[in-house]
Amino acid sequence: MKELLSQHVIYWLIITLFMIGLFGMVYKNNLVKKLMAMNIMQVAVIIFFLVLGQKAGGTIPIEIHGLEGIENYINPLPHALMLTAIVVSLATTGVALAFLLFIERRYGALEEDEMLRRMNQ
Amino acid sequence: MREQLPALIIIAPLLVALIAPLISCVSTKALRVVVIGTLLVSCMSALSVLIRVLSEGTFHYQFGGWAPPWGIEYVLDPLSSGIATLISFISLVVIIYSGPFFNGETKLRSGIIHALYCLLTTGLMGMVLTGDIFNLYVFLEISSLSAYALIASGGYKATVAAFRYLLIGTVGASFYLLGIGYLYAVTGTLNMADLVQKLQPLMDSPVIFTAVAMLVAGMGIKMALFPMHGWLPDSYTYAPPPVTAFISGVMTKVSAYVLFRFFFYIFGAASGPVSAALNIIGWAAAIGIIFGSVMAITQTDFRRMLAYSSIAQIGYIILGLAIGNTFALIGAILHFLNHAVMKSCLFLVAGGVKWKTGEHAIEKYAELSRRMPLTMGAFLIAALSMVGLPPTAGFFSKWYLVLGAMETGMWPYIIVIIISSLLNAVYFFRVIEHVYMKKATPEMKIPEKGGELPVAMLVPIVVLGAGILIIGILNEPIATQILQYALPGGTH
Amino acid sequence: MDNIVLDYRPLLAILISLVAAGLVLLSGRRPNLRESWTVLAALGKAAIVYSMLPGVLSGKVFETAPINIAVGINLHFRVDAVGMLFAALASALWVVTSFYSMGYMRKLDEKHQTGYFASFAVCLSATIGIAFSANLLTFFIFYEILTIATYPLVIHKRTPEAIASGRKYLVYTLIAGQLLLIGVIWTQVITAGNADFQPGGFLAGKAATGILQAIFVLLILGTAVKAGVMPFHGWLPAAMVAPTPVSALLHAVAVVKAGVFGIIRVVGFIFGPQLLTEISIGTILAWVAALTIIISSLIALGQDNLKRRLAFSTVGQLSYVVLGVCLLSPLGILGGIYHIIAHAFMKITLFFCAGAVYATHHLTNVSEMRGIGRKMPFTMGAFAVGSLGISGLPFIVGFISKWNIALGALQGGKGIFIAVLIGSAMLSTAYLIPVVYMAFFKESVPKIGHGHDSLGEANPAMLIPLLITAVCSLVLGVFPNAGARFYDLAVMAANSITGGNVSGGGL
Repeated sequence: MKELLSQHVIYWLIITLFMIGLFGMVYKNNLVKKLMAMNIMQVAVIIFFLVLGQKAGGTIPIEIHGLEGIENYINPLPHALMLTAIVVSLATTGVALAFLLFIERRYGALEEDEMLRRMNQ
Repeated sequence: MREQLPALIIIAPLLVALIAPLISCVSTKALRVVVIGTLLVSCMSALSVLIRVLSEGTFHYQFGGWAPPWGIEYVLDPLSSGIATLISFISLVVIIYSGPFFNGETKLRSGIIHALYCLLTTGLMGMVLTGDIFNLYVFLEISSLSAYALIASGGYKATVAAFRYLLIGTVGASFYLLGIGYLYAVTGTLNMADLVQKLQPLMDSPVIFTAVAMLVAGMGIKMALFPMHGWLPDSYTYAPPPVTAFISGVMTKVSAYVLFRFFFYIFGAASGPVSAALNIIGWAAAIGIIFGSVMAITQTDFRRMLAYSSIAQIGYIILGLAIGNTFALIGAILHFLNHAVMKSCLFLVAGGVKWKTGEHAIEKYAELSRRMPLTMGAFLIAALSMVGLPPTAGFFSKWYLVLGAMETGMWPYIIVIIISSLLNAVYFFRVIEHVYMKKATPEMKIPEKGGELPVAMLVPIVVLGAGILIIGILNEPIATQILQYALPGGTH
Repeated sequence: MDNIVLDYRPLLAILISLVAAGLVLLSGRRPNLRESWTVLAALGKAAIVYSMLPGVLSGKVFETAPINIAVGINLHFRVDAVGMLFAALASALWVVTSFYSMGYMRKLDEKHQTGYFASFAVCLSATIGIAFSANLLTFFIFYEILTIATYPLVIHKRTPEAIASGRKYLVYTLIAGQLLLIGVIWTQVITAGNADFQPGGFLAGKAATGILQAIFVLLILGTAVKAGVMPFHGWLPAAMVAPTPVSALLHAVAVVKAGVFGIIRVVGFIFGPQLLTEISIGTILAWVAALTIIISSLIALGQDNLKRRLAFSTVGQLSYVVLGVCLLSPLGILGGIYHIIAHAFMKITLFFCAGAVYATHHLTNVSEMRGIGRKMPFTMGAFAVGSLGISGLPFIVGFISKWNIALGALQGGKGIFIAVLIGSAMLSTAYLIPVVYMAFFKESVPKIGHGHDSLGEANPAMLIPLLITAVCSLVLGVFPNAGARFYDLAVMAANSITGGNVSGGGL
């Protein structure tokens, strides 16, 4: 069961999460929900990388006395990369929220159809 | 000092980006001097690096002295340093032009806009120069985020366009990230040179296939490859004119460059997944060329017309990659250069007209030939180049592309290129007719006699316009002295 | 080719008017200065071109290849007999036309004169470039420059009609240009990049017959549009909205002749008579040309607007050249090439006359020109010379070329084309001579003359050029070798293409 989970099912779960994100971005009418869906999608990618670094029985990559050998530690690189990706995701969300504030102030709506209607008036 | 030049190309604009708002609080004049100076330094270092690379061969710069594959290295080969030179040059020209546009801004806003502009330049140069695929992602996001913000500075409609671009662009970046995730999973490395070694035995595995598909999707969105172009027209239309000129000139093309790098240098164009992908994006590009041109014909707004034309033009570059022989690749890279120069020129002209008359509609361009003869002269050259008439630069990229397609017998691509030239002629000659022949109606606001743009705006336009002719006439030296070495396997 | 002389003069001949175009644009506010640039460039260009004439006649070939224009291809100029013939013609007539233009434009007080003279100069650069091109890409580049530079002249009046004509012109020529481009690139590919013109052709054995035929069709389509071969002639009558000097020099000499010249290059210097016979495609073009001659003459009969009538006449006469060359026999080629000269002098005279009548009396239609000959005896006298020449009367220059084409038809065993020539001669008599008749022998309508019986001649700037060209038509009709020894040049060109030995032709 554990093996199955770590080899296949986890990837399908990641794909599902990614797809939920994409679906939300396309089909949700509310711009904030679109943004949240985008975050979900980014989280899927981040988890994907973390899973790549995972090892059965591995522990956090901080050298522990008596635990020598590379197989005892998980790969730290994906974690490092994802720290960057999380920062990027945070920045993107921040920028997007700023846009939304601006849009809301001007058009008074965050529902996409309503906003477009007011924009084209 | 000479050893550190490559770092200077990227670090200089990055540092200025950090302190720009501070300088701006002191004096906006000083800010512009600093920014222009920095971009000039960046451009000059890129140029000197290019000259050095052409004579001495590829040069690797290791950041912080960490050797690859652990550390991040910058690879300065003829292709990357050539394109870095181009980016910094366009960046420099556009920032000089932007002066009158940002004159009325508050100190803070001016500082932030300049900071974002420098960041955008940094991001694009980083994408081109880096030899590390994750570092490329970081630069991709740096450039994208600053581009979103810059576009949004164009007003409310621009903000809506920028928000959309942000959503779609993030999807593209996520696809790219997934793609490099797959590559990392099977090879355990992020260094491009290292990847080349480690990928060879794996080329037929489905993982690579997936990775290629992800990269195509990611970069396809970023470069507005048909049918993933939806974000582009609105963004280009509503962004402030200098911003549009810069991002239309180089930003989408840098993504095309990334794809070129991956396909031709890392995977190898002959491998199964890549040749399949090239075939598919070749057709997408072909359809996009026709689609973009037809849409451009239907537009009444000059900027929007140019935006759709950009969707078509990126297709030329991709078509060149899809054909894939020497002539076609020369054509693709030459078109990279040509289109950067001519589309920037056209958007600068559009911005200049807007600045002068406040109009963007093509039918409001009447009589401009007499009011702004030099600007419209540059426009004329750029338009003829877009149509691909000799001796402008646009003709020669078309020449090499068709030559390459003919050698491999890819007739559909030839027909697409030829039809596209004619469609280009339709929409550009329509504008030319308005500019040179139509009489202005009394209610139209036309600039007074001698209504040429201020020097700061005029010089960049004229420089780019003349550049189109110069590149056209000197295309052979460019191709044999620079592009030849920039092709895969052509490095010495 | 053992007499190659490396020389920058071909390049100078091209650049001089390009520089002049820039100077014209810069001195737009001062008409006298502007026009002096035009005259200087015209004289300078003629001097440069004619300075190479003795060398070419003695068998030398002037060459220059200043830069590479694309990977593996030079921007290559070569002055051979046929190129020299075309360049000498165009540069000489530009001098005449420059003076005529000034008279015409100032008389009518036209607008946009700066753009007009600048475009004119660029056109002439492109024409000389076409004449001297030594390979296909160089040829194509100048051919397209000519396309674009002519556009401002077509739309010169800025009226809706002019703009519509300009669009029509662009549609025809740009599509043709793209087809030509495919042909050029295809040739480039099958010859592995070596597409230098060679007398007698260089494509033999390079590819399968089908491919060669396809390339031939593409190259001919590209050039035939400018040459006005039917059914691609539609732009030419429409382009008659341009000012008359444009119609005279460009739509009777430079632009349309560039198309014809292109056909000569394709037939004689890319494919060669021998290969065309082998792939059995030359005759088809000859028939198209023959049909064009007859049909255009019939259409010309029905035109009341004099310039349109002349335009259809041009369409027909251009196809004489095409027909002559496509007969693929030495005398046919000789006649065809010489007809470039013959038609140029006659038709430019006719257009000059039409322009003089318009500028002086504002008449455009044939039916209004009754009695005009009594007001403008010199002008209409020159018109009569041109008309008789087009009809093929002996002792006027047109006779010589037509005679040789007829002989060429016999020589090539295609005697049936003589019937076409005779039919066309009769038709051209029918559409041009009545104009002369009406001008001299009908009662004048009140529109002309304003009551007093002084001569209403055109001003000297217009009159002298048209008299010069009319006299030239006569002189060349009696002494075909007078002046620039055009006939010898045509003989040399025909010999080089066929490898034959035509000495005097039919004369």
